[in-house]
Amino acid sequence: MSVSPATKPVRPLLEAKGATMRFGGVTAVNAVDFVLGEVELRCLIGPNGAGKSTFFKMLTGQLTASAGRIHFRDTDITAAHPHEIARLGVGIKTQVPNVFNGLSVRENVFVAAGRKKSLARTRAIVEETLTRLKLTEIATRLVGQLAHGQRQWIEIATVLAQEPELILLDEPAAGMTKEEVERTAALIREINRTHAVIVVEHDMPFIRMIAKTVTVFNQGRILIEGDVDTVLSDTRVRDVYLGKQAA
Amino acid sequence: MTRPPSPLRALVRPASLSFLAMVASGLVILFGAPHVLDTFGLVQMTGFTAMAMFALSQGFIWGYGGVMSFGQAAFLGLGGYAYAVGVLNMGDSTVPVFLAIAVPMLFAGLLGYFMFYGRISDAYIGVITLTVSVILFQLVNTTSGSQYRIGEAELGGFNGIPAIPALNLPGDAGNQLDPEGIWYAAMGSLVVVYMFLRAILASRFGRVVVAIRENETRAQLIGYDPRLYKLLAFMISAGIAGLAGCLFANWGGFISPTVFGLTMSAQVIIFVLVGGLGTLLGPILGAVLIQWLTIEAGAQNVIDSNLGLGAILVTFVLLIPQGLVPVARNLVLRLGTALSGRRMRAKPLGPAPGTALAGEVRR
Repeated sequence: MSVSPATKPVRPLLEAKGATMRFGGVTAVNAVDFVLGEVELRCLIGPNGAGKSTFFKMLTGQLTASAGRIHFRDTDITAAHPHEIARLGVGIKTQVPNVFNGLSVRENVFVAAGRKKSLARTRAIVEETLTRLKLTEIATRLVGQLAHGQRQWIEIATVLAQEPELILLDEPAAGMTKEEVERTAALIREINRTHAVIVVEHDMPFIRMIAKTVTVFNQGRILIEGDVDTVLSDTRVRDVYLGKQAA
Repeated sequence: MTRPPSPLRALVRPASLSFLAMVASGLVILFGAPHVLDTFGLVQMTGFTAMAMFALSQGFIWGYGGVMSFGQAAFLGLGGYAYAVGVLNMGDSTVPVFLAIAVPMLFAGLLGYFMFYGRISDAYIGVITLTVSVILFQLVNTTSGSQYRIGEAELGGFNGIPAIPALNLPGDAGNQLDPEGIWYAAMGSLVVVYMFLRAILASRFGRVVVAIRENETRAQLIGYDPRLYKLLAFMISAGIAGLAGCLFANWGGFISPTVFGLTMSAQVIIFVLVGGLGTLLGPILGAVLIQWLTIEAGAQNVIDSNLGLGAILVTFVLLIPQGLVPVARNLVLRLGTALSGRRMRAKPLGPAPGTALAGEVRR
C-alpha cells in the first residue's frame, strides 16, 4: 500500500483514507478507503443506512470526519467548510432537494452560476444550463411551486451552473418517471465526458444504464468494489442488498 | 441585425417601474408635505419617518436576511446616543451623523461575528439580540450622575440627554436646521435608504442574502459563506437603525434609555408584520399606520392604546399574516390579470401584462 515519495504517483481527484464518522455510539462510516480518478464515473450502492449519504456529507464538509483524512487533489478537505470545498470544485445534489424555494428557476441557477464571475459570463452560463436541462419554459416559475421531479432537475441545474469538477449526485432518479430517469441517465453520461461523477442510487436498472465501476457500502464499510457486472453478480451483494429488494 | 431580447428584461422592467414609482411618490411627499402641513404636522411626520426608517432596518434583516433580530432597538439607541454624544462634544453635526451610523454598525459587527461565526441557531439569535438590547437599556439607565459623561455630554441615566443640538448644514455649525429642514433631512434620507436597499437587493450580494434566507445549506454547497453574508446584512441593518436613531434624537431634541427598551423592539416587529414581511414598502407603511393609530388612540379614552395595538397585532397574525402590502399587491395583480384578460378577448394579439410580473411578486 505505501508508496515511497520518489515513485509517488499524481494524486487522484478524490481520496479518502480511513474516513470514519461516529455519532455517539453509532459508527455510520467506518474506516473507508476510497479513491476516485479524474473524469471517473462511480456508483455507490448499498442498503439504507449503509453510510452512503453520510459519506457524501463528509466529502462536502457538511460533516467533519471523526477520524481519517479526505483529500481533493492536493488539498486536505477533512475539516474544511462546505463553502470552501464547493469553491475547490465539488458540487452536490443532495438526497432531499436543497433548492431556493422562494426564488424563480432562473434566479436559482443565477445564484449558483454567479460566484466570482462577470455578469455577462453568469448570464451565458444561466441560459446555457437552462437550455441544456430543458428548463427554459419554466424559468420564471417559483421553484417552490414545482413538482418533485422538476425540483430535482433544478437542483442538478444549480450544481452544473457552479461549474464543479467533481459532481456528487445523491439519488438523482428518486421520484422520477421512467422517461425522466432515462433523461437523467443520458445527462449523467454526458456530464461524465468532462466531469468526475459519483452517484448514489437505489434504482438497479438506472445503475445498469450508467455504471462502469460500482462501490458497495454495507454497515459503514466498503463491501466490494469493481466492475458493474462483477459486483452485481456477487453473492454477498445479492445478500445484503439485492436479495433484500427482491424479498 | 436585431438584438435578441434579453431574457432578464421581463423581470427587470416591472421592477424598475415600481422602483421609479416608489421614489417619485417619496419625492412628492418630501416636497409636498411642507406646503400642505403646518409645523406641528410636519414634526409629527418627521417622527413617523424616523420610525419608518427603523422599521426598514428590521424589514431588511428579518424579511430579506432571514435573521431574527429581535433587539433592533439596541442599534436605534446606539445611533441616537452616538449622535447626541457626538454633537454635544463637537458642536457640528456632520461627523456625529456618521457616528450614528458607524457605531451601531461596528457593534453589530462584533455581536454578529460571535453569533454567526459561533453557529448560533436562529431562535437563539432572537434571544441574544433581545437580551443585548435589554442589557443596554439597563446599562444606560444606571448612568445618572455627573460622573457618567463622555466628554461634554452627560448621559443622564433614566432622564436621558436633553437639548440635543439639531442637525446643521454640513460643516456650518451655526446654521442649525429648523423643523422644516429636519423634515427634509429625515424624509430625504428615508428615500435615499429605500433606494440603497433596493439597489442592494438587486445586486448580486442581495440575491445571495435572499438565497441564504431561502436555503442556507444550498448556498453553502455552491460556495457562499453564509456567515459572512449574514454578518454584512446585519451590519447594514444596524447602520440604518442607527440613522433612524439619529433622526429620532433630532425629532425630539432629546433621547432617553427608552429607545433601547423592549417596547421599541416589539413595536418595530409589529410595524414589519403589519406592513408585510419580505417587502420594503410594508415596514414603512406599517410604521406610519401604527404610529398614526397610536396617536389617534391616545387622543381617546375608550380603550387603552396598548391594548388596541395588541389587538391589531393579533388580528393581523391571525387574519392577514402576510401583511398589508403583499395582500394589496396580490389584489392589484389579480385585478390586473382579470382586466387584461377582458382586453385580451377584445384584442387577441395584445400582450398579457400580468404574466411579466410573476417574478416580481416577492419584492
